[in-house]
Amino acid sequence: MAQRMESEPDSESEALPERRETLWLLALSPMLWMLYFLVSYATAAIWCAKVVGRDGSLEGARIAIGVYTVLTLVGIGIVTWRGFRKHSFGTATVPHDFDTPADRHRFLGFATVLLGGLSVVATLYVALAIVFIGSCT
Amino acid sequence: MDATKCPPGMRVLVSLTALSSLSGCSGPQSALQPAGVDAEQIGQLFWWMCAVAVLIWLLVIGFAVYATHINPETHDSRAARWLIIGGGAIAPPVVLGALLVFGLPLLPSLSAPAEDGLQVTVSGERWWWRVQYPTPSGGTVELANEVRLPVGERVGFSLTSPDVIHSFWIPSLGGKVDMIPGRTTRLTLEPTDVGVYRGACAEYCGTAHALMNFQVVVMEPEAFTVWLEQQAAPAQTPQSSLARRGQEAFLANGCSACHTIRGTPADGVLGPDLTHVGSRLSLGAGILPNDAEAFARWIRHTDQIKPGVNMPAFAMLPEGQLTALAAYLSGLK
Repeated sequence: MAQRMESEPDSESEALPERRETLWLLALSPMLWMLYFLVSYATAAIWCAKVVGRDGSLEGARIAIGVYTVLTLVGIGIVTWRGFRKHSFGTATVPHDFDTPADRHRFLGFATVLLGGLSVVATLYVALAIVFIGSCT
Repeated sequence: MDATKCPPGMRVLVSLTALSSLSGCSGPQSALQPAGVDAEQIGQLFWWMCAVAVLIWLLVIGFAVYATHINPETHDSRAARWLIIGGGAIAPPVVLGALLVFGLPLLPSLSAPAEDGLQVTVSGERWWWRVQYPTPSGGTVELANEVRLPVGERVGFSLTSPDVIHSFWIPSLGGKVDMIPGRTTRLTLEPTDVGVYRGACAEYCGTAHALMNFQVVVMEPEAFTVWLEQQAAPAQTPQSSLARRGQEAFLANGCSACHTIRGTPADGVLGPDLTHVGSRLSLGAGILPNDAEAFARWIRHTDQIKPGVNMPAFAMLPEGQLTALAAYLSGLK
């Protein structure tokens, strides 16, 4: 079986920007989407149940959810950018599976970028519902 | 024998089995044979999904055949990587997004209230359907286990349930909507073809869930008006002596505690209204033919025909009373 030939890059580990790796950045984009989904759902539910009634228009809730969408996308964008910066640091080669700080660093950055992309798609899918459905009925 | 070769007999059998499954695509309970505006839209969505799914399948299989048989040499890793990123990461969200853009606009029209149209209230009971129509005089008339609609008119349905969740679905006419205890959900349908269709409960609701169906009759508007007037009228007085004995048996055996027959002292509301039960197309929520023999069987073996039903079996009734009762009920046209 073929084996990867590159050497383990341990010389640059001391120069990593973080002293300890954390998973928080990785989980932040899906958490932003989750929060967005929850707040959008609650806004539409309260709007229809307490403000305009079940046959009312979603117009007011639409504006609020539009603002949530922009804020969420900006938040996910910032997190994804930080993930990309993290992934761009160092020279550890793909697929970043050596047990070294440099590989872990780039791997976490890359996974953050991928989850950021997934969270953008999920956020846009949620927003599509409010684009096409304009009534509480 | 070569394990990869299929015997000719087996091929024929598999082909025939596959062909026989196509028979489910038509009939009175098929979403693939729409008879309503909403079902037509849902059908279009289905066929688009089918076409795109087949296209994706052909592409995937085509690439697999190309990579393993037509050009099995080592492929350029850069091109392969872009193929995987494009086909595996970018294309699926784009296709699903397009599906959402195509499908989401259908939702508001499927539940839009019918402007000034007929409003029917349906309650999902265990395990039958309580149907209420408004009358021209401003009241309501209660029927059961059968829905009749005027062709070409948009009809609104208010759907509810007293205890467990059901789902109201007439595949030929439109989408399904859950009936949730404590809430009123809505559905709008616009039948386009006169005919008899079949509806069903589409949400598992207990022991007799699969025995909770109903007939849907789409009629010309004039015929519908006449039918509704007939249904709003009290029950006919029994003409034959057998039917009169049946009415006496009905009142004497406590049937009136649960059933209403308008025009008689029977005013129970737990079970289906039987005022014009003999005029319906089926008995027991779409599971038996509507004739005297089926009535007798239903009354005597209720729990065997529909396990879990609230109505007790009246197996103790003498044969004469049972025959009279069946004649009376089947005569309530």
